[in-house]
Amino acid sequence: MAYWLPVIWAGLIAVAVLAYVLLDGFDLGVGILFAVEHDPAERDLMVASIAPVWDGNETWLVLGGGGLFAVFPMAYGIVMPAFYPLIITMLMALVFRGVAFEFRFRAVRAGSRIWWDRTFLAGSAVAALCQGMVLGGLLQGVRVAHGQYAGGWFDWASGFTFLCGIAVVLGYALLGATWLIWRIEGRLQRAMRRHAHVLGLAVLGLIGVVSLWTPLLNPAFRARWFGFPGILLTSPVPVLVALAAWGFWRGLRRQAELTPFLCVIAWFVLSYAGLGISLWPMIVPPSVTIWQAASPPASQGFLLVGASVLLPIILAYTGFAYWVFRGKVRPGEGYH
Amino acid sequence: MPLAILLARAQFAFTVGFHIVLPAFSIGLASYLFVLEAAFLATGRGVYLDVYNYWLRIFAVVFAMGVVSGLVMSYEFGTNWSVFAEKTGPVLGPLLGYEVLTAFFLESGFLGVMLFGRNRVGPGLHLAATGIVALGTIFSAFWILSANSWMQTPAGFAITPHGRFLPVDWWAIIFNPSFPYRFVHMVLASYLSVAFAVGAVGAFHLRRDRQSQAARLMFSMALWMAAIVAPIQVIAGDQQGLNTLRYQPAKVAAMEGDFRTIPGTSLKLFGLPSLAARRTLDAIAIPHLGSLILTHEWDGTVKGLDSFPRRDWPPAPWVFWSFRLMVALGLAMVGLGWWSLWARWRGRLYASPWLLRASLAMGPAGFVAVLAGWVTTEVGRQPYTVYGLLLTAQSASPIATPGVLWSFATIAIVYLVVFGIGLRYILRQMRHPPVLGQHGPEPGVPVRSAGITPAQALKAEG
Ligand code: HDD
Ligand code: HEM
Ligand code: HEM
Repeated sequence: MAYWLPVIWAGLIAVAVLAYVLLDGFDLGVGILFAVEHDPAERDLMVASIAPVWDGNETWLVLGGGGLFAVFPMAYGIVMPAFYPLIITMLMALVFRGVAFEFRFRAVRAGSRIWWDRTFLAGSAVAALCQGMVLGGLLQGVRVAHGQYAGGWFDWASGFTFLCGIAVVLGYALLGATWLIWRIEGRLQRAMRRHAHVLGLAVLGLIGVVSLWTPLLNPAFRARWFGFPGILLTSPVPVLVALAAWGFWRGLRRQAELTPFLCVIAWFVLSYAGLGISLWPMIVPPSVTIWQAASPPASQGFLLVGASVLLPIILAYTGFAYWVFRGKVRPGEGYH
Repeated sequence: MPLAILLARAQFAFTVGFHIVLPAFSIGLASYLFVLEAAFLATGRGVYLDVYNYWLRIFAVVFAMGVVSGLVMSYEFGTNWSVFAEKTGPVLGPLLGYEVLTAFFLESGFLGVMLFGRNRVGPGLHLAATGIVALGTIFSAFWILSANSWMQTPAGFAITPHGRFLPVDWWAIIFNPSFPYRFVHMVLASYLSVAFAVGAVGAFHLRRDRQSQAARLMFSMALWMAAIVAPIQVIAGDQQGLNTLRYQPAKVAAMEGDFRTIPGTSLKLFGLPSLAARRTLDAIAIPHLGSLILTHEWDGTVKGLDSFPRRDWPPAPWVFWSFRLMVALGLAMVGLGWWSLWARWRGRLYASPWLLRASLAMGPAGFVAVLAGWVTTEVGRQPYTVYGLLLTAQSASPIATPGVLWSFATIAIVYLVVFGIGLRYILRQMRHPPVLGQHGPEPGVPVRSAGITPAQALKAEG
């Protein structure tokens, strides 16, 4: 029990965070793509494609944070202060992003509407950047003493974290572009195919750079990736990424609607799995394991009972909500 | 108290103060929308749908702001109160976890259908979506109030030598002694807040157009709520006060401005509690009424602050004044509700200019009372975060003062700008008269010309 509960919960939290990254990833990506789409009517369509679902998508982030507080309180208490400025900035960016959905439709004057569009773009991009930087900072390692954060408030700042931030911004944009290819038709869809080509190249390159850089950060990662039994687990990852890349460009060329989106999801899942391989069983590298950070079995067990009943129900009605809004988004429909 | 901790407290109070007003609004409004939609389906009268659509637009804005401010809260425990999070996480974490699993997903999952799904699902399913969102808001209040009440009246736990709280009995934790009272009081507070907001909007439009069906409906429904629920709230509040007297007597002493423990204590209507002078200056007091209310005895003894060590005193003036503000507003609500009953009986509900004016003035009363009540509760809990067990001064994160100062300043600016603009949009929406045949939460531009279809106009007549 004391061994397995933290393992199960680490898996569940990891899945919640992955669900957040994929789901809110395309929402944030759509916001980031405002940088290259300026036509008001097209922007309305882009927002309409995510308006009914973004709130549910963001809730996975609440589950990630709340779940960490519940089952790994020590990790929660270390990670939040360690990335204090990044977390606060990300939250403020998400405040702007979240209200921009409503406010841009209520702005009567065209001038204030453009302002809210910019807010939507900036909020999405900054939130993505901060998320990527927190990820990079975690990989770099966090200084811990006596179960508490022991560093300063800019310890995370480095070229590597910034690179990870950029990678996530572009990755979300790619996710958003392929989502729109699926959900929208006509001129905007063609434009998104063009953007997806460029973004695909950039993201693949960044995945490569980050993957090569990560093992240099920490000898434990190096041993895991290139040492013996580890390599059996790690070597398929790059191969599968290449396979998904092939599917991605083939899909774009053949004007497939859904394939590019699924292939980008595969990239995300594989990169995420790669991260998991590097970190396991650390929850706050380099020193805190999931067992050290775990709350007692009485807490983890209590929440697990509920989660195992409720998560399938949540997945079912979330699926239902997506099903209600299925099909291509057309002008004048969807949002307001 | 170190500056960093004062700043962290101020920041938490600021963010939670913004947040709580929004859920109070959405808890009440979601239930109100459900009633309106059900009434529309049951009677087929279009005016119910018109009022539904009118408030749905406001709901969309309020809900979005509630979600983003709540997201901040759920991370703030870690950023600013990491020691608190580490120590209480095993107990409070699962409660918040259940809130996410049972409430937040439910609300956000069906919100899309409620806001945008009118043309995509049948009327029954749409009603169900509205009802599920309303239910979700109540579940959310259930769990968060359980967590907060546990911090006020902890139960069902053990403490490790390192001061970490461990769960022993989940039932005792969730249904801790003050939780049932707080839950009832808060849900009623949300309903009242929305009733007075709706009543004020109704009154505003009735003053322009006495015949407006939609405005009449809002006004009448709101004042029924006020007349019935406000008195219940006074009783619920009284019960909660008695419960607090049992478990947190120092808080009640501060609420009452009682510094000395004497039999037959007075009820102080006004006065200036002074921690330095250790008494309430210039009090206007009614003899014996204090003990009559709190002990139901003429000469009952209520503990004053002198029964507690000085370091356990909460900041009495805050608690004293916020409590008075809440109670005064509660009594004013009862007054307005009963006045409306009288006017209704005389057949002058929509025609009494002073009743309309008073309802307009009381529009924000519920929200102000909610904030005042929370200040009483939370400031009265000081100097502890977990009452009697974990000091606020020992709960904070190891973040240096400039860091907390920076984050507080950032959050304050963002909130004032964003929620200020949100408030403007809501008020602008409230100024628009409710229109017949209004569709969905549409942009600020009203649909007066396009909106009226013959079918709906007929329904509205019927
Ligand atoms: C519309 C809002 C509203 C109204 C009219 C009232 N209250 Fe209230 N009150 C609240 C909204 C509220 C609240 C915001 O919901 C609080 C804060 C914490 C809580 O549980 O409820 C609260 C707290 C609160 C407490 C603090 C309990 C504690 O934490 O120890 C007491 C003793 C009362 N109330 C008593 C009353 C009385 C006697 C009222 C009537 C005259 C009254 N309230 C009207
Ligand atoms: C939602 C309505 C709430 C309001 C309006 C509210 C208000 C406040 C206020 C005014 C303070 C500052 C007190 C002071 O510094 O003297 C405070 C502190 C605090 N509250 Fe609440 N609170 C609410 C709910 C909660 C809940 C539900 C929790 C926990 C589950 C909570 C946890 C805390 C903590 C940890 C502090 C910081 C320590 C402190 O200064 O007391 N609050 N709150
Ligand atoms: C009495 C106190 C509180 C009540 C009744 C309450 C209730 C609610 C409700 C009804 C919502 C739904 C969204 C909305 O319409 O606003 C919400 C959102 C939220 N609340 Fe609170 N809340 C309280 C205090 C807190 C505190 C102290 C926290 C911090 C842990 C918190 C965390 C959240 C979060 C994270 C959300 C966003 C959920 C989403 O994405 O849907 N709440 N809250």
